Amino acid sequence: MTTPRTEQDAAQLRQTKRSRRAARVAEAASAGVKVLLVKIVLLGIVDAISVYALFVLVMKQDWVVVGLVAFVTLVVNWIYFSHQKLPAKYLAPGLIFLLIFQIFVIGYSGYIAFTNYGTGHNSTKADAVNALIVSSQERVPDSASYGLTVLEQSGEFSFLVTDPDGTISVGSATSPLRVVTDATTDATGKATGLAGYTSLRFADIVAQQQDIAALSVPVSDDPNDGSLRTPDGSSAYLYVSDLVYSAADGTMTNSSTGVVYADNGKTGSFVAPSGEELLPGWKVEVGFANFVHAFGSESIRGPLISVTLWTFAFALLSVLTTFGLGLFLAIVFNDLRMRGRNVYRVVMILPYAFPAFLSALVWAGMLNPQFGFVNQVLFGGADIPWLTNEWLAKFSIIFVNLWLGFPYMFLVCTGALQSIPSEIQEAATVDGARPWQVFRLIKLPLLLVSVAPLLISSFAFNFNNFNLIYMLTGGGPRDVTAGVNVGATDILISMVYKVAFVGASRDYGLTSAFSIIIFLLVALVSIVSFKQTKALEELN
Amino acid sequence: MMVKKKALLAAGAVLAAATLALTGCSSGGAASTASSTAAAGSGSLTVWVDADRAPVLKDAAAAFTQETGVEVKLVQKDFTKIQDEFIAQVPTDKGPDITIAAHDWLGNFVANGVVQPVELGDTAANYQKVAVTAMSVEGKTYGVPYSIENIALLRNTALAPAAPATYDDMVAAGKAAGTEFPYLVQLGPDADPYHLYPFQTSFGAPVFGTNADGSYNANDLSIGNAGGEGFATWLGAQGATGNLSLNVTSDIAKEKFLAGASPFLITGPWNVPDAQKAGITVAVDPIPSAGGQTAQPFVGVQGFVVSAKSKNALAANEFLVNYIGSEKVQTALYKVGGRAPANTAAFEAASSDPITAGFGKVAATAVPMPSIPQMGKVWQFWGVTEAAIISQKGDPVALWQKMTADIQTAIK
Repeated sequence: MTTPRTEQDAAQLRQTKRSRRAARVAEAASAGVKVLLVKIVLLGIVDAISVYALFVLVMKQDWVVVGLVAFVTLVVNWIYFSHQKLPAKYLAPGLIFLLIFQIFVIGYSGYIAFTNYGTGHNSTKADAVNALIVSSQERVPDSASYGLTVLEQSGEFSFLVTDPDGTISVGSATSPLRVVTDATTDATGKATGLAGYTSLRFADIVAQQQDIAALSVPVSDDPNDGSLRTPDGSSAYLYVSDLVYSAADGTMTNSSTGVVYADNGKTGSFVAPSGEELLPGWKVEVGFANFVHAFGSESIRGPLISVTLWTFAFALLSVLTTFGLGLFLAIVFNDLRMRGRNVYRVVMILPYAFPAFLSALVWAGMLNPQFGFVNQVLFGGADIPWLTNEWLAKFSIIFVNLWLGFPYMFLVCTGALQSIPSEIQEAATVDGARPWQVFRLIKLPLLLVSVAPLLISSFAFNFNNFNLIYMLTGGGPRDVTAGVNVGATDILISMVYKVAFVGASRDYGLTSAFSIIIFLLVALVSIVSFKQTKALEELN
Repeated sequence: MMVKKKALLAAGAVLAAATLALTGCSSGGAASTASSTAAAGSGSLTVWVDADRAPVLKDAAAAFTQETGVEVKLVQKDFTKIQDEFIAQVPTDKGPDITIAAHDWLGNFVANGVVQPVELGDTAANYQKVAVTAMSVEGKTYGVPYSIENIALLRNTALAPAAPATYDDMVAAGKAAGTEFPYLVQLGPDADPYHLYPFQTSFGAPVFGTNADGSYNANDLSIGNAGGEGFATWLGAQGATGNLSLNVTSDIAKEKFLAGASPFLITGPWNVPDAQKAGITVAVDPIPSAGGQTAQPFVGVQGFVVSAKSKNALAANEFLVNYIGSEKVQTALYKVGGRAPANTAAFEAASSDPITAGFGKVAATAVPMPSIPQMGKVWQFWGVTEAAIISQKGDPVALWQKMTADIQTAIK
């Protein structure tokens, strides 16, 4: 803004400023009333939901999420109540979704890759201690089942128990069992009450069940004799526990063998000096251990190389074959001399309309050596091991993927071909170019400009085409003498699945590490390819 | 102005959804938050159950509520997803108090510390022994069983009037029937150890040895013993003669049996209704022994387990032991699922059906599928080796020993 030269200029400027502001207010007041109302109502709804969410979260004491929700709500109100920030108004919803569903998920997977999260390490240390203590309590074999009435006296609970032989005793957490004779009993001989104590009904027991379930009444002064506990409030059993947790130094001691299990700070579990580990453990950060394991473990490193090579071959061949066939058909059906083109086109797209998941299963059935359609009908009953021979299985995978994938390429190429102006072809023909030259030198480069990005994304898709592999061959056939659970047609993603999920044990940490490795590979290939595509555009 | 309004509307909707999603992410749904906070105060149980069993449990839950005042909330879940969800949610305090479970999940549950032992007390005698053993890990019972499931020999009585005594009898009877296959058992490219297991045990080669209390001993890998080698040799011979074919997948085996292409099919109760619908009169017999000893199939037991972090442990135990375990509820569960009840009295009643009685008779001699976590390492080598032996890809005994060594390495 220039400096006003004279008083008059300054006045004029003030006036225009004022009038501009007036105009803006007038506009906001007249045309914008309805918009303003809608805006207030919508933001009101959003704020109401946020406040509800905040209440729920505060109750759960989830402070990080509370902060996030509060912050996002404030930002949103600020954006939509201000008069500028038009771009932000359009971008905010998308950005919020991006943060929640993409950035957070990716970031979390990245974090998991640096932990030992998986079977046996899926919670906190406190949970692990609790689970170990609970499961180390063992009912004394063949011990009696005691009839139980829970008593209360000035806030302290006691067990009134009836032996199978009719002896009635009472005891609490602090005083061991002692025999009593003055208890009231019911018709079956089970003691139901004692003078000076209140007998709890089941509803009272349920209301205080955490205290009662945690109660253990020693049967004598010697702790090795065990103690009575109740799992259901109506009967008590004699338990002995062999694990003792010391909160002071964070160790577990087996009281019957005397072995001390200590937290070594690395594996997220209690480990004895002999190396014996107590499970469950808990989740800890392990640094790069998962990545080291991925490359350093013999059983993974060996197959990793051959699997990576086959993954690249499979993805590349899939793209090339489907694109080749799709392009060929597109050119054929793009020729105006062809009759009934629409019917053919519909037929061509049919495999695309079928769910790929199901198609792969159907193909697996059709390729059955003895009963499958292919051998029975097409090869006259020959016994060709389509899915159980290493190379035939690889061929079958690419063939089925061709069947599944060419309609997509066909559609894409048809569209791209139709967008190439026919004048170019006419001009080339007039210049004396033969059809093959027209295709190779003019149509294909023009086509590639628009199709190349799709080819790259198709490569990335096939690189991780888990469904097809899993449904058709399951990664097999396997070489049983190799001793690792990786088959001839396993690609990286299906190998990762097997490493992490086959069997009962899960290893989310290792899987996340693998995902990151695969992501880096795909990203690298994509970046290089997109660079090449740019060169293609310059050629245009 | 129009554009702006639309954008605003969209923005509002998006934001509302996003806020809800964010809350949802952190709490696993507002509903479950409400239920678990209420549970601590007034005494209520949240139970995960699959769609089939929910209606039956509803009655048991109502009776329980009436008697004890403890409310029972049933949450329907997809059975196949319960194992992973339970392990994921219990540590975050959002899991249920009780969930329905298959016994072979237990090793995993215990290794993750998400379940607590259940004391059946004197009621343990009310269940079939194999069911209680299956629900136990290292001698401690972790669940209340409600059903038992296993495979047996399904016989088309029109083609084979008598039950075969041995494997050779079965093959002979099958050949005498003049059908396409002497007998059928489902295999596939990676064989099927589950369906071949009865033959394996008939050679005296279980996967793991057992401790005195009937639990499996992970340190005693007995699959590679002399009996295992005998089984491997036998498997190779059956593959060579074509009695066993990897091309017979589960679909083909069933289809061929329904079409009358064989008098025998080794399968579970799940295929019986279809066979009866196809007009076949079926009988259920014990699986004939191939190696001389009793052919013991695996038994799968289903039941209910209590979460390690349940704040209502007493009520949960009471509900399971005295209501789910009762003959009435077990009979009702049998009627919807068709699986033999684990409660002995309920099983006696259900045995009036000859099919249930037949499978139950086989179950009495069967063994629980190992639920120890080490079992997960066995499957990946077991099937492919059997497949290699059947398809004559090497010396059966050498392949079998290689497999045993691989499993041993994987377990360590």
